[in-house]
Amino acid sequence: MIEVVTDIAFGLLGIAMMLAVSRLILGPTLADRILALDVANTIGIGLIATFAVHVHQALYVDVAIALALVGFVATISFARYLLAQVKR
Amino acid sequence: MTYAGAILILVGAVFAVLGALGVLRFPDLYTRLHAASKTGPLGAGLILVGAGVSTGDALTILRTLVGIVFLLVVSPVSTHLLARAAARSGIAPSSSTSINELRNSR
Repeated sequence: MIEVVTDIAFGLLGIAMMLAVSRLILGPTLADRILALDVANTIGIGLIATFAVHVHQALYVDVAIALALVGFVATISFARYLLAQVKR
Repeated sequence: MTYAGAILILVGAVFAVLGALGVLRFPDLYTRLHAASKTGPLGAGLILVGAGVSTGDALTILRTLVGIVFLLVVSPVSTHLLARAAARSGIAPSSSTSINELRNSR
C-alpha cells in the first residue's frame, strides 16, 4: 500500500523538479537562478525521503537531513556572493 | 502509523508541486521567494516527518523532528538574506507592486 503512495509522491516531486529546473534555465536574473537552485535542492530532500520509505531503509532519512544542512550553506553563500557583487 | 505517514508524504509532495509552480509562474523575484519559502518547511519537512512516521521507529521520528525544526529555523533566514541581496542589487519588483519602501534606500 505504501508503495502506491510513494509512486504518486515520486510523480508529483518529478513534476515539481521540472518546474524548478525550467525556472533555473529561464530565470532572468542571478537571484532567480539561486532561488530555483534552492527549490530544486529542497525537492531533492523530499525525493530522498520518499525513496527511504519506498525501499524501507531508514538510513536514507539521515542523507536527506544532511542534504538540508548543505543546501542551507549553499544558498547562504550564493546570497553573500550576490551581496559582494553589489559592493564593488 | 502507515496511514499517517502516507498522508504526510502526499501533503508534502502537493506543497512541493505548488511551490515549484509558484516559482515558475509568479511575476517577479519577491513573489517567487514567497512561493519558494513554502517548499522548505512544508514540502520537504512534511515528507521527512512522513518518512519517519511510516518507519515507526522512535529514533527515526526524533531525527526527522530535528530535521523539520532545522528547516523551520533556516528557511526564513536564507529567504530573507536572498531578498535583501536582491533588493540591494537593484532588482525591481513587478509593476503591480503597490508599496515599495526600499525604492530610495539602496
